[in-house]
Parts: sequence; structure tokens; C-alpha cells
Amino acid sequence: MEIKKGIAVSPGISIGKCFVIDAEDYRIPRRLIEPSQRLTETQRVRNAFKDGIEELTRLQAEQEEIGGQKIKDIFAVHLSYLRDRTLRKKITDMVNTEMVTAEFAVSSTLRDIASHFTKVKDVYISERAADIYDIEHRLLGHLVGSKRQDIAALKEEAIIVARELSPTQTASFNKEYVKGIATGAGGRTSHTAIVARSLGIPAVVALEDITESVTAGDTVIIDGNRGIVIVNPDDSTIEQYLEYAVEYTELEHRLDTIREKPAETRDGVRVMLMGNIEFPDEAQGVLQKGGEGIGLYRTEFLYLNRNTEPTEQEHYEAYSQTVAVFKSRPVVLRTVDLGADKYTQSRRYIREPNPFLGLRSIRFCLQNLTMFKTQLHAIMRASVLGDLRIMFPLITNLQELMQAKMVLGDVMEDLDEEGVPHNRNIKVGIMVETPSAALTASMLARDVTFFSIGTNDLTQYTLAVDRGNELVSTLYSSVDPAVLRLIRTVIQDAHKAQVDVSVCGEMASEPESVMLLLGLGVRTLSIAAPMIPEIKQIIRSVTMEECNKVARKVLGMNSERQISSFLRDAARKILPEAF
Amino acid sequence: MQNTVCELEVEIKNVDGLHMRPAMQFVDIASKFQALITVSKAETSVDGKSIMQMSMLAATYGTRLKIKAEGVDAAEAVEALRELVEVKKFGEPTPEEKSKQMF
Repeated sequence: MEIKKGIAVSPGISIGKCFVIDAEDYRIPRRLIEPSQRLTETQRVRNAFKDGIEELTRLQAEQEEIGGQKIKDIFAVHLSYLRDRTLRKKITDMVNTEMVTAEFAVSSTLRDIASHFTKVKDVYISERAADIYDIEHRLLGHLVGSKRQDIAALKEEAIIVARELSPTQTASFNKEYVKGIATGAGGRTSHTAIVARSLGIPAVVALEDITESVTAGDTVIIDGNRGIVIVNPDDSTIEQYLEYAVEYTELEHRLDTIREKPAETRDGVRVMLMGNIEFPDEAQGVLQKGGEGIGLYRTEFLYLNRNTEPTEQEHYEAYSQTVAVFKSRPVVLRTVDLGADKYTQSRRYIREPNPFLGLRSIRFCLQNLTMFKTQLHAIMRASVLGDLRIMFPLITNLQELMQAKMVLGDVMEDLDEEGVPHNRNIKVGIMVETPSAALTASMLARDVTFFSIGTNDLTQYTLAVDRGNELVSTLYSSVDPAVLRLIRTVIQDAHKAQVDVSVCGEMASEPESVMLLLGLGVRTLSIAAPMIPEIKQIIRSVTMEECNKVARKVLGMNSERQISSFLRDAARKILPEAF
Repeated sequence: MQNTVCELEVEIKNVDGLHMRPAMQFVDIASKFQALITVSKAETSVDGKSIMQMSMLAATYGTRLKIKAEGVDAAEAVEALRELVEVKKFGEPTPEEKSKQMF
């Protein structure tokens, strides 16, 4: 039994067998297999060689076209390696005799060869180790890649253990079978966390070397309430956790009974609770949990679980399906937010030195107008079906907003010409998620009907902390005084300009931050569906006067630590079961 | 047809030695023959048709290699490989040629 401590990012308790996904650019742990798996694993080795040969042949042909003789020669050497039967046999022999996974056999065999080269005195020969690492990387890419496709085809319940999951991978999950997630990297707002919360499956991240502590098929307990993962628990621990799980389900059921009741403070202030979704089929879940609309529909997920760009009709169907669930209640569509950590399958992967400061989100859309217009065309077509609203992400200045609105205007003109009905008065707003947008909120307010504060990116950009990097994740906090000052500015400026303001970042679903946000003047929160009952319970337990007091106190504090412990204490008094 | 065994010794003459590309050329030529080809450097003997094993020999400039072929086309195989190593020198310069290039 091994107990690992990480960060709890999605509540709940889950016990099950694990499914491990290794990362190709990371050290592959020695992982044992059952004798019966030897055939599958050796076949995976052979397939990886075959796929590698196909890929290299294609790459070589591309170099032929552009006349890259040097690179072509390198590929020829790599091809020759992959065609070397003695190399392949060495690897499959290792799988058979030592009973290790295909990944481990490939990695350790090639690293042995590479280290042999680095020991040679001749520089020209020793530098060839780089070629061997490249071959290793290519084979692992195919092996790990095939494993990723396996998740989509998962046939039994499992807990996913990985170094890190990309949005593309999580988008291909079979939600019925994934019972929990544990990752080595990540933080509270990493995409794994967001997706796990929206699916309502327990998840713990920042577990560092978790992938080295488990073997596929091990029993694992995920405690998404306390941030603990237990590998191969003993019987009494399992029993104890089964009890916890029952208690937790009871709490959830109790919260579900307040579904029909409004999110209203004890002194009668009405708060609007909406849901965040990635896919149209989650809309029903938001409604079931008592959500009053969609405050954030992350439309880029339409691009992430497929190989081709979605057509205008596919956009339209996704949006009309969502609106149909909510009828006249608001559905806020965030236009495509790709780049940084989210890429389309088809988009040629251009490595940027600083992706989060690079061509992402609205910037990417404004440079890819055909794609952007396709989406806006579909949104406008669906706009007559209900209260659809458009939200532009990552706005950093007024010009960007005006450009985006101009493109929208063009699309409306096209629709006029085509004689397609649409809602000319559709509400248009922006995400306020950069310090520049927050500081110029009063100017931006003149050209929008609503603001939605995206606290995840706002925190990351304000504090200069990568939200997915576990080495600095302790510095990341949405209740840092710097972030809170920006949030207050946005809310005040929005009120002055009589523009709606909501919060759609993870902060809104953190029980300890709810009183603070209400006290700062927020009346609309958009959160993951499973969190709605708990947040509603908190709202129904407080008075606005108490919230105002909390906000006043917090704004006078000068350290993040002081603020977060004050907020935790305040929340614990209201809903002790949740902590 | 008769199984023959041929053996001869060659010396690496190109300055950069038997690195990846020459090893690949060697393997490509060796693979054209039916004969079993073994290459030895001191006590180490490897399969002359495997790029992994050939490149791991790490034969630098001046290294002497023994090439042994067993099979119907053993004589032709050994001769073709000798030509590659000592006459064509893998299409690469010798130390003298390389220093000339630099001036």
C-alpha cells in the first residue's frame, strides 16, 4: 500500500483498477505484465515499428520534394534502424523474458544503445546517440499514441493514471468508463481538473511520480475530497473508503433536494447560478443540477476530439441542441479558444516559445477568419432559437474587440443576403481574463453588454504563474491581493457602465470564495454542473451583509495566505460537511 | 552450388569512421547478398546486415575490421564490401583530403 498526496481538484471517491498512460518524453517506468499479455505487447512493438517505418517513409518523401538531402539521409539511417530485425528481436525478446511493457522494452533497449555511443571517445560517433534518442521518441510516440486511442475504446471501468492529460485526450474519453483521474502534473485549474469536475468524476493532480508507482491493473483509490491517492490499498483501507463513499453520496443527495429552490441569500438577494460545459450533451446535466442557463460553453471542444475541422452545420447542430435544452434561458457561447494548451488535430503544430503569450484564442481567430466566420455564421443561425449570447475570449484591448465585432457584422450582412433569419440584437460580451482588459474595463464596457471574469487566466497572467506547472502551482491563487484588486475594478466599472458581470472561472466553484465574490458585487456565477448544489447551499446559508463584511475584511488584508485561511474558516462555519 | 567461406581484413580510411551513414551503406550492400556476413573488431563479432550492431562497433579511423562471409556468393560479398570501405571510403574524405578542404 502506498499513499500519495496531491491536489484535490474534483470531489468524490472512487475505487478501481488503473489504466496507465505514459508520456513519450518522460522516463518510462519499469512496468511488469502478466504472461498472458506477452503476445499483445510484442504485437504492439511490431506495430510501432511498422507505423514508424510508414511515418519515416512519408517524411523522407516530403524532404525529397523540398530537396533536403541532409535530413533525408538522417531519415534513411533511422529507417534502416527500424528495418533492422535484430533490433526488433532484442526488444520483443525483452518483453518475453523480462515480462515488461512494450514501452519499457523499447525505451530501455534504445537507451542502452545510446549510452553505448556516448561512451565512445570519437566525438563524431558519440554524437550519434541523438539519433538513437530520436528513434526511441518516434517509437514511443506510436506506442503511447496507440494507448491514447485505447482510452476512447475503453470497455470496462477504470481509473486513468497519467503524467498529464491533454484536452484532446480528455475529450476522447468514454465518460461511462472513466471513474477517476490521477495525474503527476497539473494544478487546480489545469484542463484535467476542469474536465473531471464537469464530468463529475473524482480527480487528484500534482502527484509528481505517480506513473512510476503504479502498474496497469493495480487497485487505486482516488479521494478527490482530500487530495489523496492510495495505490494497492489493504482490505481495511478499502472498507474505510467504501464507507466514506457512502457518506459522500448521502451528502450529494441531500444537496440535490435543494435543486428546485432558488439560489437566494437568507436576506433575499437573488443570485443566478449557471453551468459551464464543453459538449452539448452536458447541458441536460446542468439543468438537472439546477443550473439556470449556460454561462460558459467552451466551443473549442468541438475541434478537439476529431481529425477534421467541424463544418458550419456541425457547429449549428451543437449550438441548437444546447439551446433546445434551455429554451428561453441564456446560453453564453464562448467563441473558439484554441492555442496555448489546446490544439486542433488538423492544425499544423507550430511550436511557439511562449504559447500562453502567443497566437491563441481570439488572436488565432482574427488571423483565421474563414474558420472564425464559419463559427459565427452557425451561432447567428442558431440565435433565433433561444437566448444565445456571444462571448469573445482573451480580449486584451479595444481594437481586438472592435475587430471581432466587425467580423460578426460581416457575418450578419452575409446572412441578410442569404435571407437567413438571425437575431440582430444578440448580446455580445467578453471574457475579462487578462490584466489589460481588467485595467481598461471602463473603456471596454461601452461596447459590450456583459463581462465574464475568467479567473483562471486572469490569475495566471497577473501573477505570472503557469497554472499547469506543478513546480510553481503553490504560487497560483485566485485570492491573491493583486488578483482581487483587478476583480474589484472590473466589477465596479461594470456596475458604473450598467453592464452585466459574472464570474466563470474555477474560483466561482470554490466554496471558500463564494461569499467573497458575492460581497464584491457579483450576482451571476457560472460553474461546473456537479458543483451547483453545493454552491447553492452556501448561497442559501448566508446573508448579503455577512458577504459584504467578508469582502471588506479581505480587501484590507495584504497576504494571500492570510486571505485564504480567513476564507476557509468563514466557509467551514457555513457548510462543515464540505470540508 | 557450393557454400564457400571468404574472409579478409579491411581498414577504415575515411576520417569520420564508421558512423551512422557509412554503417547504413555497409548494411545496404551486405544485405544484397545471400551469404551470412560477420564483421569483427578485435574480440567483438557482429552481424554485418544489422545497422544497430554495425554502428555499435564504433569503428573509428584506422580501425581494422575482419569481414567474413559464408554462402554461395561469399566471394562477391567480401569484395563488394572491401571496395566500399577501402576504395570508395563510403564517399567520404580521408584525413589528408579533409585538411586540404579546409584551406
